[in-house]
Amino acid sequence: MAGDKKATPAILGRGPGKPIKINQEWVVIAISVILFVVFSLGLDKFLSEGNIIALLKNVSILGTLAVGMGFVVVGRGIDLTMVAVMVVGVAFSIWISSWGIDFTLAALIGAGLAALLGLFTGIMIAFAEIPPIFATLAIASSIYGSGRIVFASDVLYAPNNVQWLKWIGSGTVFGLPASVIIFGVVAAAMGIFLRKTRFGRLVYATGDNPSAARNMGLPTRPLIVTQYVISALIAFTAGLIMTGLVTGINTRLYNSSLIYDVLLVVVLGGIGLSGGQGGVRNVIVGTILVGILTNGMTILNFSYTSQNLIKSIILLIALAIDAIINPRDEQTSQSGDI
Amino acid sequence: MSVAESLVRWRYRFLPDHVVGEILSKKWIDSVIPFLALVILCAIFGSIVPGFFDLTTLTNLSGQVAELGLVVLGLTIVMVSGGIDLSIGSTFALAVLATLYGMNVGQWSFGVGLAATLAVGAACGAINAFMVGILRMRAFLTTLVTLIIFRSAFEIIFPRVSTALVTNYPDSAVYDYLGLGRIAGFPASFVFFVVIALVLHIILSRGRYGWRLFAVGGARRSAYNAGINVRMTVFSAYVVCSVLVALAAFLFCARIGSAASDVGSGLELQALTATVLGGISLGGGRGSVAKALMGVIFVLVLSNSLLTLAVPGPVNDLTLGFVLLASVFLDVRWTKNRHKILRSVYISPTFAKMPKAISTEPGSPMAVNDRLKDVGVIGLGILDGAEDVIFDRQDRLYTGSRQGEILRFYPPDYTRREVFAHIGGSPLGMAFDRDDNLVICVAGMGLYQVSPQGETKLLTAETNRSLTSVVDDSTMKLADDCDILPDGRIVFSEATIRFEMHDWYADALESRGNGRIIVYDPKTGGTKTLLPNLVFPNGVCTAFDGQSVLFAESWACRINRYYFSGPKAGTLERVIEGLPGYPDNINRASDGTYWLALMGMRTPALDLSLEMPGFRRRMARRVSEDAWLMPNLNTGCVLRFNEKGEILESFWDQTGEKHPMITSMREHKGILYLCGIFNNRMGTLKLPDRDQSWFSSESYWGKSA
Repeated sequence: MAGDKKATPAILGRGPGKPIKINQEWVVIAISVILFVVFSLGLDKFLSEGNIIALLKNVSILGTLAVGMGFVVVGRGIDLTMVAVMVVGVAFSIWISSWGIDFTLAALIGAGLAALLGLFTGIMIAFAEIPPIFATLAIASSIYGSGRIVFASDVLYAPNNVQWLKWIGSGTVFGLPASVIIFGVVAAAMGIFLRKTRFGRLVYATGDNPSAARNMGLPTRPLIVTQYVISALIAFTAGLIMTGLVTGINTRLYNSSLIYDVLLVVVLGGIGLSGGQGGVRNVIVGTILVGILTNGMTILNFSYTSQNLIKSIILLIALAIDAIINPRDEQTSQSGDI
Repeated sequence: MSVAESLVRWRYRFLPDHVVGEILSKKWIDSVIPFLALVILCAIFGSIVPGFFDLTTLTNLSGQVAELGLVVLGLTIVMVSGGIDLSIGSTFALAVLATLYGMNVGQWSFGVGLAATLAVGAACGAINAFMVGILRMRAFLTTLVTLIIFRSAFEIIFPRVSTALVTNYPDSAVYDYLGLGRIAGFPASFVFFVVIALVLHIILSRGRYGWRLFAVGGARRSAYNAGINVRMTVFSAYVVCSVLVALAAFLFCARIGSAASDVGSGLELQALTATVLGGISLGGGRGSVAKALMGVIFVLVLSNSLLTLAVPGPVNDLTLGFVLLASVFLDVRWTKNRHKILRSVYISPTFAKMPKAISTEPGSPMAVNDRLKDVGVIGLGILDGAEDVIFDRQDRLYTGSRQGEILRFYPPDYTRREVFAHIGGSPLGMAFDRDDNLVICVAGMGLYQVSPQGETKLLTAETNRSLTSVVDDSTMKLADDCDILPDGRIVFSEATIRFEMHDWYADALESRGNGRIIVYDPKTGGTKTLLPNLVFPNGVCTAFDGQSVLFAESWACRINRYYFSGPKAGTLERVIEGLPGYPDNINRASDGTYWLALMGMRTPALDLSLEMPGFRRRMARRVSEDAWLMPNLNTGCVLRFNEKGEILESFWDQTGEKHPMITSMREHKGILYLCGIFNNRMGTLKLPDRDQSWFSSESYWGKSA
């Protein structure tokens, strides 16, 4: 009977005609709105058209990465290789295109490389059973290290005669920048994939309780490998967006805190790190908040380091709230699950 | 005996493959792979790196060992408690900043500077500790974020003070000595580190705090249930870790004297590689100072050698990354499969050829009958695990229970009962000494004594460690039956040194001489193994001559006699060979003969399989335990034999309903009491034509004064 009592409020909260439950998603939306209003009133440049476009462009890279990360986190994983895959994958494409290969083909080969890296990560996590956070951290630094050995310089510039790359950088559809459209397409595809396909439902099942999913006969291992392959491909897509926007890629981006910004988006948006909950909507909400925050701090002329400090502290608070709202289940967390 | 059979026999005598399982069950086996890897690494780089073994190289290395070593020891403590701390690199940087600012700019004294540095470390640690320990956040992510926070703090402060740091110099002789001094050729910081490592080793392996850390890391819920303050233990681990990191930073500053803006970055990966390489498990509960040191030396030798060979930085990092990944992989696999490997190799049957069994044909003394069919009953449904029974001078009956209690039943009908004493382990064989103290063998615990007032006392739980045994045979796994010599020495059997009591059947499958006879002398308090390598020695009984002891070897189906004094002192002779069943306890009978219980009967299939060790090994590996070949435990038997080893009569229960397994029996005033460890009752058989006043204590010690 205790179980029934516990379950009741959640059921009531979702029922029709009941007041909307205060959850993380709504809190984040409210904070975003407040920040937006405060920045709009306080900072005269904030509401300018140029700034909004810049904000949206910045957000598109972060958001695309966060869609991939969110997808992995839903399956109770984490992918810290995303930024490394992004910079090395795109840099590789540019590097081989400098041999005279058509950039479109080079980009496809780069995507293949990204998929292979994701496959390797997935196998390490699903079959070798290395804790995901550990495996991805070590693999990320290995990927970046290999990249630095191969590429002579840190910054690689894309060829400037590729039409579709130019479109990504400066094209618009109904007034919206193409990069935002790509983010929207990726997010929508992921949303449908997670909610409507059998595969997506299995990702939720695996994230909710991996051992139960496995005992039920779900192919959890191939499922996990596929997740990391998809997230690597999404990371590569984000890399293409970035190349289009700034006409090149700086591999030193790996050393920045971009991956933690991605994590911040996911955790702030309300995708619990214990897996099995949340979705693309949470990613979008988180992306908007972090985008506004970053943009505002940049206009306020905060130094890069202080921006990092502030965002990290927010992430830490978000993690703490996550830990309190979704306490770790000692029954299903395994030894080595740190 | 055929040639093939002799070959098999010699193969099992001279290739002791049970040692493999025993080595695998050792705790130090975890460290063997890292140690071998370290030796191979040193061999490879020692031959290709110029000046690898030079004194300057080694001195330089020992200085680095001190710094990285402290960081790794800190991380070890956190990892043993089941967590991880990635913020150590940034904590290190902040501590370096504190030291340099204090010693160079502030011109503080050694003590103040050290205290300030450690305080900065403790503060950083406390932040992590609060989040992970108290709020129970995920250690990995949390410390990954604090890594950025501490690093950002460092990057904000450092540029503002960097000029002041390099334009001022410290003014402390002790500080300089710590950085540059030598003690017996070693850097002072290294000696300092060795002292700290030793202290930590003692705390971790012997101290209460260390045990708590291991408990929390190994099984968090169990630790909580055992009453350990889990949250505070985890909290303290992070604080201690950061303090050690700050100490490392202090040593670093004393040696180098300045810092670059990237000081300490990447330290966490280096330290993590060292710990995991050394064999300290992610996930907690396993690790030691020695393992940490092994990992430190491995990492430093690897990165220093790559540096000397002028390998570019990225390649160096990449190598370290892959080494880390590979060692985590090995660690995860090893932790997961270790017990599986152990399970499949630990049981190692040996060759044993059973002698032909004594006939049980009609007309022989062992002829099968039904004399135990209609026996009286005591404690029906109450007894559980009554292996042995004994009576005191007031005719009160004592027996054990599986719950670890000694029960006392009162005459005349033995229905009234009480718990006489609580032992805590499963009581097996019992005997009364001259002063009416009850001496009891307790499985897994050793030899105990209960006074007539019910006070329990441990007599012995440890014997001499034999030199050739791989498993620690100084502890007692399965003390089985005991008896007392006229001079007060207690002789008892330990059935096996390789298995716990509930795995007794695995020992039957091995049929190796895993057991021994041990003597405890209450006068000196000394314990000594008398006869090693016996096949499941079980019942022990002092013979009527007072000079010798009879004992049974269960799986060998024989009775032996060992002389303690008299003309045959020190010799062992066989009394009965080829019993049709597995002998258990032996006790004196009223007419100068002996009672013997057979706990189960031999079967032709099992007898044959004893000559085929390979078959039994395959069975143990591939078939689940409940489908193994077992002795027939459904037929119990009691027999009586004389000093010459002649069987005089036998009592059987063919139906197997009341006494399927008989582990002990005792004659008391014309009645034979029958016990079985798996039976729910005790049987009583009237013996009308025997001495109706005889009982065992009087036979041993005479009439009471």
